[in-house]
Order: sequence, then structure tokens, then C-alpha cells
Amino acid sequence: MVAIVDYGVGNLFSLNCSLNAIGAESVVTSDAAVLRRADKIILPGVGAFGDAAKKLRASGLDAVVKEEAEKGKPLLGICLGMQLLLERGFEYGEHSGLGLIKGSIVPIADSISEGLKIPHIGWNSLKFTGEKSPIFKYINDGDFVYFVHSFHGQDCEEGTIATTEYGGTLTAAVARGNIYGCQFHPEKSGKVGLKILKAFCELEA
Amino acid sequence: MVTKRIIPCLDVKDGRVVKGVNFAGLRDVSNPVELAKFYSDGGADELVFYDITASSEGRALFTDILKKTAAEVFIPLTVGGGINTLSDFDRVLKCGADKVSVNSGAIRNPGLIAEAAKRYGDQCVVISADVKRVDGVFRVFAKGGRENTGMEAIEWIKRCVGNGAGEVVLNSIDTDGVKKGFDLEMLDMVSRAVSVPVIASGGAGNMEHFTELFKALPLVDAGLAASIFHFGEVDIGTLKAKLKNDGINVRI
Repeated sequence: MVAIVDYGVGNLFSLNCSLNAIGAESVVTSDAAVLRRADKIILPGVGAFGDAAKKLRASGLDAVVKEEAEKGKPLLGICLGMQLLLERGFEYGEHSGLGLIKGSIVPIADSISEGLKIPHIGWNSLKFTGEKSPIFKYINDGDFVYFVHSFHGQDCEEGTIATTEYGGTLTAAVARGNIYGCQFHPEKSGKVGLKILKAFCELEA
Repeated sequence: MVTKRIIPCLDVKDGRVVKGVNFAGLRDVSNPVELAKFYSDGGADELVFYDITASSEGRALFTDILKKTAAEVFIPLTVGGGINTLSDFDRVLKCGADKVSVNSGAIRNPGLIAEAAKRYGDQCVVISADVKRVDGVFRVFAKGGRENTGMEAIEWIKRCVGNGAGEVVLNSIDTDGVKKGFDLEMLDMVSRAVSVPVIASGGAGNMEHFTELFKALPLVDAGLAASIFHFGEVDIGTLKAKLKNDGINVRI
């Protein structure tokens, strides 16, 4: 069973439906006991880093997510949920993340050439870095996914598993062991996105 | 680089798609869920659902349809029509919409965009503007293009973006339905005036019109059309293959 963490940030309807579409059993929950029982955890999120980090902490679920991930349970952060996996974020001040993956969340404006629209919205292609990640096993380098963001991960070092080009190189996905993060929205990325979710759901704890 | 988007628009009345002919393999073209799946499988980058119902029964049917679509179609969904309040935003977002487009609602209540952007984020709020030339000036029209508001269009759109609209759908009343191509002059002025994505609407009659749009105006991000897709005059997969062949960056 896949548990989607509900900490009051964003709409989880589509994400839940996309998991059902690939035949995964899923539940949207804010119950620590359910997260502990789940085989996998997805940390979603939209909005601003600081606000979301605060809400996650206030829910008390940050510690549970961290604990379960460190025990080896597969964890997938999506969009802001991916950003929260990193050490810190610089959106409206400096805020601490979960620190599960190396790196900081910085404005994409610092990494791209001038004149490009921000947020980076729309379909862009993935470029795998290093060895192909297990969550990409059903997709190919160059496949398109759907992005909506104004910040991205920096200094993730070997944690970066995919990038995308937008007048510069942006971090598209990160991983460390059983912990994964996608800056894009797999639940809005058509068949490619569903294949990423399917690969994640098939990971062994 | 981010790709140019092709967006079919589905007008929904009392839970059914208005217009549309038979496509091979599609049993019921007026079933929004089936048509949405057909377009998504064909390579549409996004879908716009426009609710043209007036009754509250129709609204309930619409949200039901939206929910069913969002449960089966996993590309971005934008919803427009009848969006006047924050609770309208809430109603459609809970049913799986990713973006909400406002038109007359923002004209009646200029605070709506700012409130919605603050609550749901700029990326969620789309300003849809119906614009027509009147004595050589671009004017904003309300009520589905029937009423001249007297407002100058570029200033109005800039104001909406300043208030937090994260995207602009520019529908030219002058070219809408004429099928002679998009309104390049109007689109050029708007896309140079704002820094958020601009979606061209009104005037597409064939595939060449999309190539013309993206070649002439690199600042335009997407092309939206309804009837040419619904009537089967243009197939989205064929259109995207042609655009790619013409050197336009699209998702295949």
C-alpha cells in the first residue's frame, strides 16, 4: 500500500487517481500509524518551501517520514515534496528541509539565461545523469514530463539522477538509496509519468 | 527547452461536449471523458474544459464529469466558465483541475485574481480575455464576447498578470471562427507586454496556421483550438509531427 502524505499542502486527487490507474493501492493520510504500515510513502506538495516545511513539521509527520525513509522504506517526493527532501530552501528566507538528500533549493533565475519565463511551466525532456535510476526503468532518456516550478535543487552532487535544459541546466530528479524526488509532476506527465510511478511502486523495501 | 503546447478546448453543456463528430474508435464524441482520453492519447499537451452551463444542476454535472476525467486523464487540466468566486475555484480544483481560467468573473470582481493567486499560487490562475478591435483599439469584451467593457486590452491583461495571473489565454473575437489563422498582430502585442505564458486562441483553420503562429511569434507558448479538432479536420498527432518537421519544438 502506498501512503500519500496529507499535510494540508495541495490537491491530492490527481495523484491518488494516477496510482489507482496503475493498479497500486493507495491512501491519502495524515495518520502516522498508516505511514508506518505503508510499503511506500509519497510526499507531495505545492506552494512555498518555508510554509510547507512549517506545515509538515506542525503535523508531526516530518519525523515519521524521515524515520521510515531511513529504515529503507521507498519514499518519493514530488515537486515541492521533492524540494523538502533536501537540506535547505531559499524561498522567502532560509528554511530547513528534511535533509535526506544533499543540496539546497534555489531560484531557477540564478541558473538560467535572462529573458526566459519564470516559472518554468510545461513539458520538457529528461536527461539522465549517471547510472539509470530504478524509477526510470520503464522510460527513456529524452522523454517529456510536465514541470511547474520557480525553484530547483542545487549542489545535489551525485544525488542528481536527471536534469532538464531551460536556458541552463535544472535539477529534474534526485535520489539517494531508497529515497527519490521528482521536480516535475509524474501524475500530470501522461504515460511517461505513470511509468515512473509504476517503477516506484514496484521497488522493494 | 520547454515545448510548444497544443491544447484542445472542450465546451461542456449539461455534462456533454457541444460540437463534435465521430472519430474512429470513439463511441460517444459528446462524452467528455472519452473525448478527453482520445485527445490525451493522441498527444494533446493539456486540455481546457469550458463550462457553458447556466443552471446549478448543470454545474453539478460538470464537476462530476471533471472528476471522472481527472481520474483517467493524466495531463494538465484547465477549467473555465462560471468562475466568479473563490468557492468556484475551490469547487473545480477539488475535482482535479490544475488551473482555473477566469474571464467575466475577473471583470466583475477585479480582486478575484489576486485572492485566488494568493490562495492557490500564480500557476493556478489563468486570465482568459476576449478581445476585439473597436475603431482601431483592442477592447476587452465580457459575457462571451457580447458586451464591450470599454477597457483597453493590453492594459487589462497587464493588470491581471500584475495581480497574479500566471498565464494568459488570448481569444481574438476578430479571427475566431474565421479559420484564416491566429490573430498574429494582437498576439504579438500581448506576448511582448507580459512575462507569463501566452496561449493563442481563435482562428486556427488548418495545420499550417500553427506553424505560422510559432514561427512568427516565438514568445507565444501554446495554440488552442476547438472545432478543427472536434470535427476531425486536424488530427493532433499529425499536427505535432508536422510541427516537429517544421522545426518547432513539440512533445512527440
